[in-house]
Amino acid sequence: MTDASQSGAHHRGSLLTVDARTRKRNAAEARFRYYGMAAILTGVAFLVVLAVSIVRSGLPAFTTMAVEVEFTLTAEQYADAEGQLFKTRAYEGYFNAAFEQQLQDRNVQAGFDPEAVNRIIGNTGATLRSFFLENEDLLGQPVTFNLPTSSRIDGYFKGRLLRENVTDSRFLEVSDLDLADELAEAGIIQSKFNWTFITGKDSGVDNPGGAGIGASVIGSFFMMLVVLFLSLPIGVAASIYLEEFAPKNRITDLIEVNISNLAAVPSIVFGILGLAVFIQFAHLPQSAPLVGGLVLTLMTLPTIIISTRASLKSVPPSIRDAALGVGASKMQAVFHHVLPLAMPGILTGTIIGLAQALGETAPLLLIGMVGFVAREYPDGLISGFMDPNSAMPAQIYTWAARSDGAFYEKAWGGIIILLVFLLAMNIIAILLRRRFERRW
Amino acid sequence: MYDAPNPATEVGQQDIKITAKDVQVYYADTHAIKNVNVDIVDRAVTAFIGPSGCGKSTFLRCINRMNDTIDICRVEGDIRIDGDDIYDKRVDPVQLRAKVGMVFQKPNPFPKSIYDNVAYGPRIHGLAKNKADLDIIVERALRRAAIWDEVKDRLTAPGTGLSGGQQQRLCIARAIATEPEVLLMDEPCSALDPIATAQVEELIDELRRDYTVVIVTHSMQQAARVSQKTAFFHLGDLVEYGDTEQIFTNPKDERTERYVTGRIG
Amino acid sequence: MPVFWLVMIVLAIAIGGYILGRGRALAGAGGDSRHLHSLPNYYGSNVAIKAVAPAFLLMIVWLIAQPIFVSSQVAGDLPDGIVADGSSMSLVMAEVRRTAEGINAAVASGAMSPEMASSGRADISDFTTRLQDAGQIVTATITQPILNAAQSYRAMNATGNLLMTGLVLLLALGGTVWGLRESYPEFRARNVVEASVRALLIAAASIAILTTIGIVLSLIFNTIEFFRIYPASDFFGSMTWSPSFQGNSQLGIWPLLWGTLYISIIALLVAVPIGLFAAIYLSEYASKNVRAFAKPAIEVLAGIPTIVYGLFALLTVGPLLMGVFGNDGLGWMQSGTAVMTAGLVMGIMLIPFVSSLSDDIINAVPQAMRDGSYGLGATKSETIRQVVLPAALPGIVGAILLAASRAIGETMIVVLGAGAAARLSLNPFDAMTTVTAKIVSQLTGDSDFASPEALVAFALGMTLFIITLGLNVFALYIVRKYREQYE
Repeated sequence: MTDASQSGAHHRGSLLTVDARTRKRNAAEARFRYYGMAAILTGVAFLVVLAVSIVRSGLPAFTTMAVEVEFTLTAEQYADAEGQLFKTRAYEGYFNAAFEQQLQDRNVQAGFDPEAVNRIIGNTGATLRSFFLENEDLLGQPVTFNLPTSSRIDGYFKGRLLRENVTDSRFLEVSDLDLADELAEAGIIQSKFNWTFITGKDSGVDNPGGAGIGASVIGSFFMMLVVLFLSLPIGVAASIYLEEFAPKNRITDLIEVNISNLAAVPSIVFGILGLAVFIQFAHLPQSAPLVGGLVLTLMTLPTIIISTRASLKSVPPSIRDAALGVGASKMQAVFHHVLPLAMPGILTGTIIGLAQALGETAPLLLIGMVGFVAREYPDGLISGFMDPNSAMPAQIYTWAARSDGAFYEKAWGGIIILLVFLLAMNIIAILLRRRFERRW
Repeated sequence: MYDAPNPATEVGQQDIKITAKDVQVYYADTHAIKNVNVDIVDRAVTAFIGPSGCGKSTFLRCINRMNDTIDICRVEGDIRIDGDDIYDKRVDPVQLRAKVGMVFQKPNPFPKSIYDNVAYGPRIHGLAKNKADLDIIVERALRRAAIWDEVKDRLTAPGTGLSGGQQQRLCIARAIATEPEVLLMDEPCSALDPIATAQVEELIDELRRDYTVVIVTHSMQQAARVSQKTAFFHLGDLVEYGDTEQIFTNPKDERTERYVTGRIG
Repeated sequence: MPVFWLVMIVLAIAIGGYILGRGRALAGAGGDSRHLHSLPNYYGSNVAIKAVAPAFLLMIVWLIAQPIFVSSQVAGDLPDGIVADGSSMSLVMAEVRRTAEGINAAVASGAMSPEMASSGRADISDFTTRLQDAGQIVTATITQPILNAAQSYRAMNATGNLLMTGLVLLLALGGTVWGLRESYPEFRARNVVEASVRALLIAAASIAILTTIGIVLSLIFNTIEFFRIYPASDFFGSMTWSPSFQGNSQLGIWPLLWGTLYISIIALLVAVPIGLFAAIYLSEYASKNVRAFAKPAIEVLAGIPTIVYGLFALLTVGPLLMGVFGNDGLGWMQSGTAVMTAGLVMGIMLIPFVSSLSDDIINAVPQAMRDGSYGLGATKSETIRQVVLPAALPGIVGAILLAASRAIGETMIVVLGAGAAARLSLNPFDAMTTVTAKIVSQLTGDSDFASPEALVAFALGMTLFIITLGLNVFALYIVRKYREQYE
């Protein structure tokens, strides 16, 4: 019985006391667990930091500091101004007179200086003239104007520009800030919603105040139209073939390997493809949303095909058998039964693919859809597809790459708008999935 | 010195290793084990038999707290090993499982070499002082699991490359390498062919000299062949418990009789 | 848009054919559709397909072939010696094409009469001024051979378009007649239509292959063109990257490859530990509620466009790092854009990539493996480290390789966050640049595609494509092998 005594009679302590080794092992266990938690927390923390910096830096783009002035132009003054050589100068004169009067009425202490006003709200004459040329019926009536301040004054109020960093120049003098502070205190300079940012176009390097994302939203919209109308049918057709009809052979294998590899090809390579094939070879116009859409279609197709195949696969074979059993052809079984059942899943996948395409930047830069071409709204459907335009992410990139810090605010603001679109698309996809999800 | 147990004579007078009192197990809302009371004898083979879903595996997994790894599972009642309540707050399930080893239904060798499979337990429990010591432990476990001769030339080969029967004996070697006192076996032969089954059964018979073995089995012949005590479970109840011979030849409960004669199951 | 109208006309013919074919088949069956082999709509569709398919096929082939044919003809007619030093045939042809397009636009806007546009004796200076008046950009005065070439280019294209319109319409009508003749009750219309649909499906599936071919061809041709004017030995041998558009550029790939590699390594050093531990925690420890919140929260990071990360690197992380490592702090960092900035942010972007792939892979390890380990008295972390992770290792390696390929191909983060200087340095706080960033900077701007400074982008693209493709193929192979093991 030596064997038994050697192994059978284990002299372990009671189970109720935890031995030292176990304690050590449990400590290692707890440490390991904390590493995991730390990793999760780090990931979530990054997300939070990202979200906070987007919101904090982007929200100011949606407001602008504007001077609110009530101004009345009489018909005589109008006729007089239009009769002069320097018309806008005349308008400015009337405006400054009225503005000075108002400041006195409201007890603003700082001395009135037309030059300073000009530096704060820019050239008012041109704005006023174009307004009254269009609205002659408002002559003689008090009209309230919201005149946006210059980007430096705007930056001063938003904390982008600090007083101690200001040196006198023809754009801004330190004393202007005193006047601006007084105006703000008197409620004449107010923060207004910046419609220009929503509806505007790219304004050029020297005018951050006038920059807006509107034109490039339209550019993105036309691109997404192209992507949707090409990638959905092509993606569905390709998936149906691969999932339902393709024979198991080398060619099918090749296509499948191809698709999974294409899904991982860097997006910039698709940009090179677009440049070489659509622009160099096919001579399609540069910077056109049509070309951008084509490139993004090729890029998103693999994603859409992969998700479409998954939803086709989730339709149980019994449905196909049932249709074939009543004498439908295979084609009819697929198009009448399988496809409609898989449609919610397909649409969800397509929307997610579109969202991916909407945020893509690099390939667009190569085909010339950079931000500064977004200078005009298209004037029709064909112009929308063919005329040079930019897209939201490319516009953001252009702003971010400019040296004037005032554009950074616009870039962050553009990101908020981009993310709102992406969020909306993802919510639609989630709702679609919830609403139509079927468990077999 | 210790006397080898003789199933034919002295089963009744054996030391009791494990006692269970009023054990209840719930899976979410399902009452899987109802009021089970059983005393399991040291250095003998106890078989749990019964139709599928009767709770025999569930009860087995209570003995080394494997049910802890299932979130929705809740155990009530009292299970003691050598008098210690294993569900006591102070008991570390890790320490418990070192004392109560387990062999599973399907052979589940780790994707490691044969040597590393067996050495895994001793390593994590720190049983070997050095490499030579570990070598001895591994060899002894493999020898006791009656697989040494088949694998001694390829200890570095992956354990997953062995045949089904060999894999299961490897898993037994892996379990006994940690020097447990109790060995739980959950249908260890259900995935094996008859020859491999015979080898494993032979091994189980050997093992009872050193360990308290509790085996869940589907096969009544197997229970009759390897065990000294048998417990019959039915729908979560422990219907009858006694000497194997008595259960198979002279069952007291009608349900047991119908099961061992093949009329329910 | 003549092509647009041509398409519309063919489609109109097809619709007419559809109605006629359907009616003819029904009439053949005496108005009772039960006597037809297929549903009446199939007969209509058969006609429509036969009208559309051959016509469109011809049109597509023609549209691709005509410019190639015309260009080669015109190029052949150009007098010798027109290609000046430092220029190339493709540049001259681009000039010809621009002139031809300018003439077209001038005629369309009425600045030039059609007669004058095609007159071989037109006065060059007059021509140029008229073109300029019409708002067409003309580089200098047009030379006589270029003008002649442009005129013959226009003429040939006009003939070609006319010919194509005629042939396409003829084919559409012929197809309609063919389809109509088949519209008798016994004809198996459904089978024909289904075969056509099938062909369409196959065509859609092969777009994936066409895309790959397109990528490979566009890279290869331009890369060959590049190596013709810039020696490959310099591209692969030189350690300096200093393009200058006055010529004399040094275009060595190594500084770019080093930047790419360095940034990717830093990104992986951030993403792999965090992603892996997150995956382990989510799959092995987290309660249902934590998982339901944390998994999507981390995956949101993957849905954020890279431009956002780029901006984050440039405007948030860069200044932050500057505060610590810059001249006010440790003094290691000269500017906010650096390898560290880009690598860190790229790492954040890759976390969900590593974590969700690893999560899948860890979940694929069978429960029996874990049970075996717990049954021996192993703790959870021992089980994970010594059983689950080794079992999942091939899959995790695959996931990391996929993440690496993603990092190497990432563009916007490095364009905005890494700086523009190509240098071989070991300091992670130096600005460096990458292959992708240089592709962007060499191909945006007003350069023409004939200079080595622009063409080098294609060689860079080729390198990038080969590296990422290799990584992907290898990674997908490993992951697939791994999945098979547990199926």
